[in-house]
Amino acid sequence: MSPQAAKELQQDPLPSGRPRAFWAVFGVVAAGLLGYSAVGDTFALSNLANFLLYVPMALGLGLLWGYCGVLSFGQAAFFGIAGYVYGLIAGNLVDVAGGTLVAAAGGIVGAALVAAAFGYFVFYGQVSGWIIPLLTLVLSLILETFMAQTAGYQWRIGRVLFGGYNGMTSIPSLRIGPVEFSGPTTAFYLLVVGLSLLAYLGLRSLVGSRYGFILVGTRDDIERTRMLGHNVDFMQVQVFTLAAALAGLSGVLYVSWGNYMNPSNMGLLAATLPVVWAAVGGRESLVAVFLSTVALRALADTLAVRGGEYAFLIMGGLLLGTMLFFPAGIVVSLARAWQRRTQSFGPRASRLAKSEREPGVLK
Amino acid sequence: MSLPYIVNLLYQFADNVAFLLLAALGLMIILGVLDVINLAHGELIMLGGYVTTLAFYRWHLPLAACIVLSVIAVGLFGLLLERTVIRRFYHDKLGALVATWGISLILSQGILIVLGPSLQSVPLPDWTVSYGVYSFGGYRLLLFAVVVLVVVLAWWVFYHTRLGVQTRATMQNADMAQALGIDTRRIYLLTFAAGSALAGLTGALYAPTTTIVPLMGTTFVDVAFITVVVGGGANPIVGALTSATVLSLIATPLSSVLGTFFGRIGLLIAALVIIRFLPRGFSGYLRDLQRRRMAQAAT
Repeated sequence: MSPQAAKELQQDPLPSGRPRAFWAVFGVVAAGLLGYSAVGDTFALSNLANFLLYVPMALGLGLLWGYCGVLSFGQAAFFGIAGYVYGLIAGNLVDVAGGTLVAAAGGIVGAALVAAAFGYFVFYGQVSGWIIPLLTLVLSLILETFMAQTAGYQWRIGRVLFGGYNGMTSIPSLRIGPVEFSGPTTAFYLLVVGLSLLAYLGLRSLVGSRYGFILVGTRDDIERTRMLGHNVDFMQVQVFTLAAALAGLSGVLYVSWGNYMNPSNMGLLAATLPVVWAAVGGRESLVAVFLSTVALRALADTLAVRGGEYAFLIMGGLLLGTMLFFPAGIVVSLARAWQRRTQSFGPRASRLAKSEREPGVLK
Repeated sequence: MSLPYIVNLLYQFADNVAFLLLAALGLMIILGVLDVINLAHGELIMLGGYVTTLAFYRWHLPLAACIVLSVIAVGLFGLLLERTVIRRFYHDKLGALVATWGISLILSQGILIVLGPSLQSVPLPDWTVSYGVYSFGGYRLLLFAVVVLVVVLAWWVFYHTRLGVQTRATMQNADMAQALGIDTRRIYLLTFAAGSALAGLTGALYAPTTTIVPLMGTTFVDVAFITVVVGGGANPIVGALTSATVLSLIATPLSSVLGTFFGRIGLLIAALVIIRFLPRGFSGYLRDLQRRRMAQAAT
């Protein structure tokens, strides 16, 4: 490999080559989102917070699928595990100061532990790529059927009922000191904006780091990366666990927002949604995943108002259409087309165009 | 333990094996030859159930004719699917998985919108066989017989026909097979259609035993996926047989003592442990074993 090519390859995982422009745009977006809390009405803020709280879960899948090459349908399962664990702990510690914080930590750690155990078996077994989506899908379905049959008084821990298909109700919201982060509050909106932007920045610096390079290496050729002396099995378990923890964060935020959790949050449609968001936006770009998550959540919300029976149909159609016509994702494809138009003679555009012509060149 | 009790356990075991084999065999054949996972498999099974039920009530055909009709209809649908969608993803296997998942969502929701939330099931033929204090469903025994027949037929096609030789050559080395004049695209097309037809058969056979709802495919796919993972794609027939047998040995006692849910959890945990040690599944392990033995014999 020529030094020039090596340099180009090294820059590849980095989201953008111009840090100053990036920080300017990021600052404007962050200021806009935070400033909106002063002008938006409660209903709009609560809705936007609901869309944004799914961002950590989606970004986790973007990291796992786009940068590590591991497709997982398990994000919804980890979302659900964290939500239920949070509900159990918070419901029992409702009178204790800081109880909900313990519950939040418990929920996220619980999801991460299940993911780590699951990841140990599949990644240290060095299974083929198709096994992980299959088994994570099975995990989601089994958890849903399990939680759906936990109706009745025998299914309780302390004073919290599991609730079966009716779900776990009146879960307390997060509370730090005197501030309660329940759904319709500005505090919750600010918390979600802060956490989702933080998740984005954290993952961005992760994929831009040396660790991120190795991660992309495992995606492009796992055996070669292994032979170079990297412990790829362990890295995959780490990334899988990190993605699950991010899904867990979303789960905790979700129950804090709605004070409610039910089994369909781990079901078929729920397991599909993160994959749809990542695929439609473009899994290899964190910004694209961020944007498509918020946009598709908003779309689903409008659909729910006028006939939810088409939700599966539209999500399925989007997924199939994206995979057929924009395999890199719609947002990413649009961005590439724009880039090619504006700087068609620039070095970056030509490199992108070249790598598109020869998809196997990095394999 | 009395003899009738053992016979009863054997009956439950055979029932489980039949279910796992029928649910997974089509998926496994497609995986083995095309190296593609068809996540819409459950919905193809669902289509089979719907065709049978509709043909039974609207056209008043006998059940056997309905089943044959389902096999043909779903097989043709598979042909169409391969031509329009699957074919574009042979260079991107995970892409195929995601795209077929999209198809599965469209199919289940589409059926719900067109045909409503549920159909009245075909009445279950009430043949019973009694032995000791137990009585066994004759239809279930028939299902097991059909499974044996299907496996023998698949084995015969695989090992005793020209098409089977070509298919095995394509599995081993597609480029080489193509260079030798085998039309691998045709092999892929036919294999996908055959796998879909098997899904149609499964749906048709189980149509009298379950409620016909648009999401009925999901009750098949969770065990089918586990069976496929444990069996591996190296040799679909050997893989499906070994994995269905081993998994039934685990699930039969678990679900008869602790209930269906723990049976399924047990299957998932068993699958995780098995792939930790045999990542290519039973059939991959057996193939490696055979290759090692051949290499030893050669030296």
